Amino acid sequence: MENAIAWIFIFPLIGSVLVALAGFVNRKFCYPISVLSMAGSCWAGIETLRQAMSSPSHEVSYILGGWTLDLFPRGVGIEFRADILAALIAMIVLGVGLIVTVYSKIHVEKETPNKESVYYSLMLLQITGLAGICLTGDAFNLYVLIEVAALTGYGLIAIGSNRAAAATFNYLILGTIGASLYLLGVGYLYIKTGTLNMVGIREVIENSKLANSETLQVAFVLIGVGILIKMAFFPFHAWLPNAYCNAPTTTSCLLAPLVTKVMIYVMIRMILSVFGVKFSFESTIWVSWMPWLVVIAIVCAAFLALSQREIKRMLAYLIVAEVGYMVGGVWIYNYYGLIGSIFHIISDACMTLCLFLGAGIILHKCKTTHFDGLRGLFSRMPLTMIGFFIGGFSIIGLPPTCGFFSKWYLITGGMVSQRWEYMVVLMFSTMVMVILFFRLIERIHLAVDESGKNLGKGHGDLGLTKEQTRFDEAPLIMLIPLLVAASIVLLIGVYNQDVVNQIEIFLKAYGLPTGVKYK
Amino acid sequence: MSTPIIVEDIRPLIALIAPWFGLIGIMLSGEKRANLRETITFVAASVQAAVVLSMLPIILGGSIIEFHIWQIFSYVPMLLRVDGPGLLFGCVASLLWIATTLYSIGYMRGLHEHAQTRFYSFFALSLSATIGVAFSANLLTIYFFYEMLSVSTFPLVTHMQDREARTGGRTYLGYLLFTSLCLLLPALSWCYVWLDGGKMTMDFLADTGKIGHFSQTEQIVLLFLFTYGFAKAGLMPLHSWLPGAMVAPTPVSALLHAVAVVKVGVFCVYRVYADIYGTEVLSKLSGEDWAMIIASATILISSLIALSQDNLKRRLAFSTIGQLGYVVLGAAIATDRGQGGAVLHIAMHACGKITLFFCAGAIFVATGKKYVSQLRGLGRRMPITMGAFMIGSLSVIGLPPLGGFISKWYLALGALDRDAMWVVVVLLISSLLNVFYLLPVAITAFFRTEESEKDQKIKEAPWPCVIPLALTALGCFGLFFWSDALLKLAELTP
Repeated sequence: MENAIAWIFIFPLIGSVLVALAGFVNRKFCYPISVLSMAGSCWAGIETLRQAMSSPSHEVSYILGGWTLDLFPRGVGIEFRADILAALIAMIVLGVGLIVTVYSKIHVEKETPNKESVYYSLMLLQITGLAGICLTGDAFNLYVLIEVAALTGYGLIAIGSNRAAAATFNYLILGTIGASLYLLGVGYLYIKTGTLNMVGIREVIENSKLANSETLQVAFVLIGVGILIKMAFFPFHAWLPNAYCNAPTTTSCLLAPLVTKVMIYVMIRMILSVFGVKFSFESTIWVSWMPWLVVIAIVCAAFLALSQREIKRMLAYLIVAEVGYMVGGVWIYNYYGLIGSIFHIISDACMTLCLFLGAGIILHKCKTTHFDGLRGLFSRMPLTMIGFFIGGFSIIGLPPTCGFFSKWYLITGGMVSQRWEYMVVLMFSTMVMVILFFRLIERIHLAVDESGKNLGKGHGDLGLTKEQTRFDEAPLIMLIPLLVAASIVLLIGVYNQDVVNQIEIFLKAYGLPTGVKYK
Repeated sequence: MSTPIIVEDIRPLIALIAPWFGLIGIMLSGEKRANLRETITFVAASVQAAVVLSMLPIILGGSIIEFHIWQIFSYVPMLLRVDGPGLLFGCVASLLWIATTLYSIGYMRGLHEHAQTRFYSFFALSLSATIGVAFSANLLTIYFFYEMLSVSTFPLVTHMQDREARTGGRTYLGYLLFTSLCLLLPALSWCYVWLDGGKMTMDFLADTGKIGHFSQTEQIVLLFLFTYGFAKAGLMPLHSWLPGAMVAPTPVSALLHAVAVVKVGVFCVYRVYADIYGTEVLSKLSGEDWAMIIASATILISSLIALSQDNLKRRLAFSTIGQLGYVVLGAAIATDRGQGGAVLHIAMHACGKITLFFCAGAIFVATGKKYVSQLRGLGRRMPITMGAFMIGSLSVIGLPPLGGFISKWYLALGALDRDAMWVVVVLLISSLLNVFYLLPVAITAFFRTEESEKDQKIKEAPWPCVIPLALTALGCFGLFFWSDALLKLAELTP
């Protein structure tokens, strides 16, 4: 199938229209149509990934509509390019999208009654936008797709409770600022290079020795800051916790694993494919101080996460900390750090998915995600809890979950570049994660409450009522996606070298420092 | 040393996954079919022990068994390898698991404990991890099983699910995860990145001594990171998790915190000293004395603390910390006989200390007593238990004809090989301290009269509790009289 890339978008686009129409006929159709179109899109994603891996140049290009003019180095026209990185991340986006769509049924019916068609329509568009961000080969189209994802995201959040509206407004302001800065930066790039095609821009920069151009420096700063705002890098994170916590459950399950991760992908894409490694790391001064900002970001986010008493909010701050990991992995500037960052995009998407799905089930069953509602949940929903814990262990970085391997590469990267501050902060946040999750485990397994007073007398007496300990597992349609996500977390860990080998194939072309000391 | 013949065999893997099948069976049978559940545990333990023992002739014949599971990284395999020290440790762990299973039945039923299914499940998991550590062929493989053990023992330590259990569990995980994630992981990544062009496998057989490429300072820093990273070894000042973990039911304390978990810690340290550094690099290291000093200090200080403990299990815990110091000390001596002595001590101390813990648990089941001062006159009421306690104490102290003597003998010989006279002195002093904190327990029980009428009605604990402790006590004699094979496994005889 030569048009696999196009099919990735066609399925959900047509799906979203059909869902909107189905809303007028019978809302029961919305869910199956969404699942089917996501499944189709996933299949196209796998096909694209396969093509990218098997082609000799390790990339697939697709000019939309075949419309192009050969005026400029790479022509104008809408190009979609799937190199291995793009195809991998797009695959993750689509996979997470499919799992969340399957999972969504009960939540959407309950939380947004009578609005299913709108909801699913927005959701499919959101996934289209995110997948598009990964696959586009054009800096301006990237902006358009960022806005597609953002606008549908605002809708998906605001459709929830009343408090969601305020959170959305916050998100909208910051998101728009970020996107505008990005657009402005792209403008500068266009002035200087005369093209919008990503590879075209890089070729111009490298061939015409623009490294010292001030225009380019300004463009870099604008684009960089714009993306940092969009990815909720501390201190630009203020929009994220409220937006994710007040949103309907399915929205947070979809947005939390994907939005920030995709923006980190954009940062890596900008550095590698647009500005070029040499310019980004050596002609700018970001390398010297970005790791320190990362340190501040991770420490602050970790403390904020520690102070939360509600699972979803805690997870939201965890995401902010994880963003710090990945940004740091890029800016410590070496081969291993970048492998770590890219691998962490993939693994973090899977483990946050796992955790948010688990939190969603807890919310569905217990009507609250506050810590005190968790007492003794293990005897009630053992399978859900196992899935949730696998996500938690992965965040902590225990082998053989995928979190261990990404952390391994990030630490190794810090070691190679001798950025000790980054390594220390990774250790620090690892310990914070241990505290966060074992605090949850204490509540779930030992039935401890906030004050520690409500403890049972031991020997099986946990101070719980019969009702609280009766086996009462989540419905299968929610449980299976969670367990699938948990097994993906384990499988990516076990088969990490297959993923890493692909990332290495992608990164080899960029000549990053590896820094081996003793032979 | 000539390179041994390497045999590909699946048996190490079978020993590793036998507990997993046990786990499935245990969970399926559940609380209502307790007899079936315990039978399954027995079968899993026996299969594991039989498989481990069946490898004995091959290893004694001078070969090595390997099995490749999967690639952790593209250049680091998860490789199982059975060699002498590994098999010795594997034998000890799996044989004592059988004894502990029998003991657990008596103990858990005797006390009508709750959640026994969970207890047996995680017990099986821990044993799988222990065997994994024993049969690991490189540092990363050992790290994986090490972490698996930390997590799978948490539900066992917090089994009581009360306030004390929570505190114990917090200390336990806090220490173990902090050290393994913050000290060990950087050390591992350090070795992997800088050595061999980022393709270091850290194999225990092929890569011995390669760490010598580092500068002296780096080697010393790494030594510290490794020594304290494996905090299960209980070296001071990172030892407090062990007394804290004594809140667990006694079978857990017995098998995990006298045999499996702590021995995994010292075994890992032994692997680092003997097979990553190697005697050559280690003895040239200018900071190597530090490891010996830390170990000696741990031995002496913990023995002194043990003197002042009235709670029997806590006293035994501090005694364990001291005895673990012996193993680290032996490994740090960096002579063949010292390191062989260290390996032997893993087995000898395991057998002695598990007897003592079994006895402590049996006393608790029969009388509900936890403190040394309450044991007056118990020797007459529970002769088998207290007799076994006596034998276990003497073995830990290191008197012939008990197993503990042999390992201490070789530790001393190893120290003399290195002209480290002060180590011998440390060994002597600590043996004396062992006498002071262990013998009074038995003496109180045998030679003081009981306080109240009520105590006269005390009988021995249920037979499933008594038989294992009698067996392990006899085992202490056995280890002395059949030590040839052990010496061979510890690579002390050619």
